[in-house]
Amino acid sequence: MTWLPEASAHAMRIDILLAGLVIISLAVLGLVFGLMVLNVLRFRAGRTTAIARAIAEHKSWWFEIAWTSATLVIFFGLFLWATQLYVVGFRPPADAIQIYVTGKQWMWKIQYPGGQREINALHVPAGRPVQLLLTSEDVIHDFSIPALRIKHDVLPGRYQSLWFTATRTGSFRLYCTQFCGLGHSRMTATLTVMNATDYAGWLNSAPASGSLATVGEALFIRSGCSGCHASSRYAPDAGDTSRAPSMVGLYGSRVALADGRAIVADAAFLHDSILDPPHRPGASFATEMPSFRGVLAEDDLAALVAYLQTLSPALPPEAGN
Amino acid sequence: MSESYLWQDGTLRSWLLTRDHKRIALLYLGSITAFFALGGVGAALIRLQLLEPTGTILSDATYNRMFTMHGVVMVWLFLVPSIPVTLGNFLVPLMLGARDLAFPRLNLLSWYLFVASGLLVLYGLFRGGLETGWTFYTPLSSDYSEGRVLPVVLGIFLNGFSSIATGVNFIVSIHQLRAPGMTWYRLPLMLWALYATSVIFVLATPVLGITLLLLAFERLFRVGVFDPTLGGDPLLFQQMFWFYSHPAVYIMILPGMGVVSEIVSTFCRKPVFGYRFVAWSSVSIAAIGFIVWGHHMFVAGESLYSAIVFSMFSFFVSVPSAIKVFNWLGTMHGGSIRLDAPMLYAMGFIGLFTVGGLTGLFLASLAADVHLTQTYFVVAHFHYIMVGGMVSAYFGGLHYWWPKITGRMYPEIWGRLAAALIFFGFNLTFFPQFILGFEGMPRRYATYPAQFQILNVLSSAGAGILAVAYVMPLVYFGWSLFRGARAPDNPWGATGLEWRTASPPPTENFAETPVVTTDAYDYGDLDARAGRADAGGPHHV
Repeated sequence: MTWLPEASAHAMRIDILLAGLVIISLAVLGLVFGLMVLNVLRFRAGRTTAIARAIAEHKSWWFEIAWTSATLVIFFGLFLWATQLYVVGFRPPADAIQIYVTGKQWMWKIQYPGGQREINALHVPAGRPVQLLLTSEDVIHDFSIPALRIKHDVLPGRYQSLWFTATRTGSFRLYCTQFCGLGHSRMTATLTVMNATDYAGWLNSAPASGSLATVGEALFIRSGCSGCHASSRYAPDAGDTSRAPSMVGLYGSRVALADGRAIVADAAFLHDSILDPPHRPGASFATEMPSFRGVLAEDDLAALVAYLQTLSPALPPEAGN
Repeated sequence: MSESYLWQDGTLRSWLLTRDHKRIALLYLGSITAFFALGGVGAALIRLQLLEPTGTILSDATYNRMFTMHGVVMVWLFLVPSIPVTLGNFLVPLMLGARDLAFPRLNLLSWYLFVASGLLVLYGLFRGGLETGWTFYTPLSSDYSEGRVLPVVLGIFLNGFSSIATGVNFIVSIHQLRAPGMTWYRLPLMLWALYATSVIFVLATPVLGITLLLLAFERLFRVGVFDPTLGGDPLLFQQMFWFYSHPAVYIMILPGMGVVSEIVSTFCRKPVFGYRFVAWSSVSIAAIGFIVWGHHMFVAGESLYSAIVFSMFSFFVSVPSAIKVFNWLGTMHGGSIRLDAPMLYAMGFIGLFTVGGLTGLFLASLAADVHLTQTYFVVAHFHYIMVGGMVSAYFGGLHYWWPKITGRMYPEIWGRLAAALIFFGFNLTFFPQFILGFEGMPRRYATYPAQFQILNVLSSAGAGILAVAYVMPLVYFGWSLFRGARAPDNPWGATGLEWRTASPPPTENFAETPVVTTDAYDYGDLDARAGRADAGGPHHV
């Protein structure tokens, strides 16, 4: 058996955290088992002299306060350390390559920005941040990459995000770790981390019928989106936003929601809005957008989201093509 | 003094219609022993299957049904009821100095509800089977599963009423039926633990009932609650499910802590160190236990802020548990320690529960949880708490009160041997699973990559030893019923009121209502009662 490799700097940081936890645990276990054995050796029945109970009672408050506060201090330190490493997962770098992952019973479908598609295999370049946009076509799955020490549940009907920067080339195992029915234990895949040159070569050799954004642009017209939403290239006129909000510059902008919150329109927002169109407060558009749930498959949604991102030119151009 | 409760009226009818808490405890003991055996068979088949990476005996479909059966049976038909309905039912009135629980008929009803729920669950599990895991995550359970979701879910729904009935009965009894002089701070710590457990029974179980009913409605009538294609939210199910099921973890450990407090005091012949801290730590575990459920969802898609708050509370909840462990060690210090079988189980509990608690810190630590959750690390962690902890305490308690329950002594040598074997077999089974989890082996896999085989074989070997060790008490307890030495009223020299009546007790428990004049665990008072001068040691101050 070989030890689990660390394929990213994050994996190394997690292992240091785990090592810290192991050391604290061993110290506490040593204390508990040590005291238990010592007590048994010293205080076996028939071997002991009189017990100073009064003293023990008197001291007990100090003992209680001492070990309660020691426990609290150690726990709070651990809490801060682990939280800080977790928060990072919620902040994908803006220049990350976005790869779309769809789970279904019992396989993983992967779509790259360049239009390449794979089943049960994920290829990424070393040294560059990669953001996975995860969704499911049926039940809840979980995309787990032990070599990177990360995982996230994959939910039907919405996007979840997982990002990493792999630093070590090679092949690593991926698992579905949320029980998803009959074939759960066979829903595994391989992550291949390549150096930049090999990755470019692989992208070129993998068959693709147009980039994801191109496919999305075609869908934008075919599904009727362009009938209401301005995208500056198709009817209605670029400036006409009477029927529906313009898609130009939407990605990355702040959007006010009916419940009073304002959120940044990220990939998950675009995806979820196509399935469950949000009500925009204060807006009076001529048409009500229908839900595209059941009309567009997750592959189509990934392409549409990739296309809509290209309509926000102020942001870094879509990476990875 | 009149005849013992066991033989006063031996007809089947008198047993099935009994309102005597002691007989109901034995009815429960019989039923949960059967369920423990059934869940154990499931565990054995799981460990057999995992001897080989490709699986040895079961198809994927059967394997999935098997771990679901193991989980459902062990959680709801064994662990949740275990100590409360057997030892608790037997001991609460005796420890209080009362004739019976506050509502004897409700107590009998709770057993019938339990049996009915068990039969319904078994019907679902064996006529068609179920493959959702004991957690029933939607939309797998509400839409995609082809298993018998409905009978099992309705069975667990019914089971909840049995739990609530027991909880209400204990709460009212502890408030109302304390013997004269038995103040709250004179209660044995077992009763503090059972009181805290009962509060969880009453407050958390209804939420499980509601959740499972909604699941049943969605499955039957396609009402959109959890299924996103019907406009529902699959995470809502997890929020509601864990709102019950995390407190339920404390249902499955607090009574064990109560038993350990009793045993440690008796076998060290010393009052429990920091009595009030141990008592209130039970209550605070129950209270904080209600606000940590989100730690089951750190990778499920809950918000960053929820995750941070739930992580912090999860660290908090382990503080009172740590307090208990340190106080038990403090009790041993300066005591007069005897290593009879109950004490061996109690020490096993302290050690294994500490491992379970410490590995819980790994899972409360957000970034570490991301790597370890849903792997065998979690499986090992909760078995250290549930089996290493609760089952050890349950067996320790059975040995400790066996003379009181049956009037017979169990064979001590065999008791110690079984306790040692359980400790060894348990660690061999579950310790390798921590490493498997770190290495990334996912739980609930019928087949697995070959690199994990060595550790799985070790784990299965441990399970074989554990199986033998669990059968041993069954054999010698049975033997002791007929051949065991007659037990005196107080074989261990313990202080509780239950030891002041006959072994086994008469139906009415006490010839006259006992009057309590001292704190719990007052061994000086015990010696004075025995008419002996306290040899050497100072009296309790």
